[in-house]
Amino acid sequence: MELKNTEISPQNTIALMGNPNVGKSTVFNALTGMKQHTGNWAGKTVETAIGYFKNNSTTYKMVDLPGTYSLFTHSAEESVARDFLCFEDIDKTVVVCSAGCLERSLILALQCMEIKNNVIICVNLLDEAENLGLKIDLEKLSEILGVKVVGTVARNKKSLSGLIESLNCKENKTDFKIEYPEIIENAIEIIEKSLENFDFNINKRFLSLRILEQNRSFLKNVKLSNGRAIMEIPEINSALLEAWDFLKKEGLYENRISDFIASAVVKKAEKTAGEVISETKSRYSKRTELADKILTHKFLGFFVMLLGLCLVFWITIYGANYLSNGLSFLFSYIEKLLESFLNFLKLPNLIKDIIIDGAFRVTSWVISVMLPPMAIFFPLFTFLEDIGYLPRIAYNLDEPFNRCRSCGKQALTMCMGFGCNAAGVTGCRIIDSKRDRILAIVTNSLVPCNGRFPAIIAIISMFIVTLGGFFGSLLEALVLTLVIMLGVFFTLISTKILSSTLFKGTPSAFTLEMPPYRKPQILKILVRSLLDRTAFVLGRAVTVAIPAGIIIWLFANIKIENLSLLAHISAFLDPFATLLGLDGVILLAFILGLPANEIVIPIIIMGYLSASSLTDLPSLNIMKDIFIQNGWTIKTAINFIIFCLFHWPCSTTLMTIKKETGSLRLACLSALLPTLIGILLCFLINLIF
Amino acid sequence: MKALKDLKVGENGVVSEILTNGNIRRRFIDIGLIKGSLVKCVGISPFGNPKAYLIRGAVIAIRKNDCADILVTNEVV
Repeated sequence: MELKNTEISPQNTIALMGNPNVGKSTVFNALTGMKQHTGNWAGKTVETAIGYFKNNSTTYKMVDLPGTYSLFTHSAEESVARDFLCFEDIDKTVVVCSAGCLERSLILALQCMEIKNNVIICVNLLDEAENLGLKIDLEKLSEILGVKVVGTVARNKKSLSGLIESLNCKENKTDFKIEYPEIIENAIEIIEKSLENFDFNINKRFLSLRILEQNRSFLKNVKLSNGRAIMEIPEINSALLEAWDFLKKEGLYENRISDFIASAVVKKAEKTAGEVISETKSRYSKRTELADKILTHKFLGFFVMLLGLCLVFWITIYGANYLSNGLSFLFSYIEKLLESFLNFLKLPNLIKDIIIDGAFRVTSWVISVMLPPMAIFFPLFTFLEDIGYLPRIAYNLDEPFNRCRSCGKQALTMCMGFGCNAAGVTGCRIIDSKRDRILAIVTNSLVPCNGRFPAIIAIISMFIVTLGGFFGSLLEALVLTLVIMLGVFFTLISTKILSSTLFKGTPSAFTLEMPPYRKPQILKILVRSLLDRTAFVLGRAVTVAIPAGIIIWLFANIKIENLSLLAHISAFLDPFATLLGLDGVILLAFILGLPANEIVIPIIIMGYLSASSLTDLPSLNIMKDIFIQNGWTIKTAINFIIFCLFHWPCSTTLMTIKKETGSLRLACLSALLPTLIGILLCFLINLIF
Repeated sequence: MKALKDLKVGENGVVSEILTNGNIRRRFIDIGLIKGSLVKCVGISPFGNPKAYLIRGAVIAIRKNDCADILVTNEVV
């Protein structure tokens, strides 16, 4: 459905709100069919996603706002959600609540209902609640709050029909009010009166409450149509002082007003939930409890974590082997076809060589060697995400991060980095404090992303573990796990160093939600991550590998004084690279690999091939021969792995860092930090061994 | 009366006072942790910090130093 360019009137714009982890994105995806990635951890929706869907000839525009616990804490995400609700024209506001923890979900729902009179409450995850032995009386909930309430199991698309129906419903304006304690009501009255002559286009009662508690992050955006800020208006200011005076006489001081108001909302949510839920069992399901006992156990927890990591790698390596062989066979066949086709076109040899030896070969290497591990690792990683394991990893690893004076959520963003560093950097938005966020962003690329795994795996299987077969791949997985641990180790060390030098301070307090374990949607994971990943890598292969292949071919074939340009450049880099136990070609490949790490190994091979005349299919054995002919030893391999782990992040990640931090200096620092570590380690290894 | 961080795994408590200030105070309120809320400690991380608490149906991990200033009274069940 291509509707993206259609103008949708605000009449059919729907905002989607909800706590993190209540299946909000699942509802969004089920309705719009958009491939927005959903994960089972708090704060996954890091940008507002927009999707469209059609029902009975009406087209709706749906805006998926960041998952938040409240509208009033001063985090960037919550401000986005709140300001959207307050200042945008929307027809319906759907607040997705989790049936499993309705009380807490209702806190946000009530806050939204104070702003908007068009709220629909969508109680999601009804199945989960049922398993917990909770019965929720949706009709009664609707009666108490006076809004439409629909129940859903978003993973089951059919159950969304109620929600869609309620969106169609035209008349749904509600007049909802939370009753505050009398003194607050009196104070509201004082302020509301001062607002009478002004039009801010925001619910006045809501606005009065925010003025009363002086919520600056909100009020700074509230202006009259002539641009005058709200708190600059004398009438309103004096009303505020009057209200404060009044409250002080009643024993409520300014700095406690906000608490007082918020607590009233929580109490209302508690009361409401109490009236509609009948509980038969404990809230913490026995299954989740047992799983947590094991997965976060003192010793077992780490054992399972490492074993799991190892298993994931093993499946990746073992499976990728088969895929790789098949693909390289396929590509050598295609190469022959392409060659005869070009011969048929009678193109000059130069052009033919550029196309086949340059563009085609690098691309086919990227696809046949690099794609398979990615295509297997990514679904496995998504699977861990989906069942809710990642927050447990963060929970297990929190204390080390605490010791390094950083936020516990950094463990979470580090894990996201395994999938893609750029995604990890964007994911750092879940960290509220700026200092902690910068620490997490700068250190994110110290763990290898999906684009670097294949290169590391290839080198491990060529040089470190030469044993083939079942045990070989098992051993490879172990070595790879060690490499990852090295990355995690240096993440901690660098965080520690940065937090005691450049970014001094105390880590901000945080709360980490551990959602119940959920049944993974295996088919969906497979389809989505395989298709998405494959499409992504293929896209990159076309946009990066083809030009890179052409450039490197030109480098290798343009001759100056009888030596190729490549030879000149690598000869120039050679002395330095040799200090690191690498060589000029490898270093050049890392430099040219800036747009995408996937092309590093193909470029190395191209570089070497330009000197020799090998023209065989790209299998690991032949690659190994080429490497050995060019002077590779185990030491080169180890240094390559180290440097692959610790060097500048890819350009996408760097640009994301620049965008997220708004600072070129921090982007440079993020490139410098891993590079320095890599150079230092390689230099030391080269010196010692 | 004791601090929330001192609840042992399996122990229940009722929040009697939140002395924390700043941003996190509001965050606690927004996840439903107010005076009178029932909290249960349901787990402890391998390194002994943070601990996991069951708060209004959700399991939430909080570091020791972040919840040192939340006071709870032992609930007699």
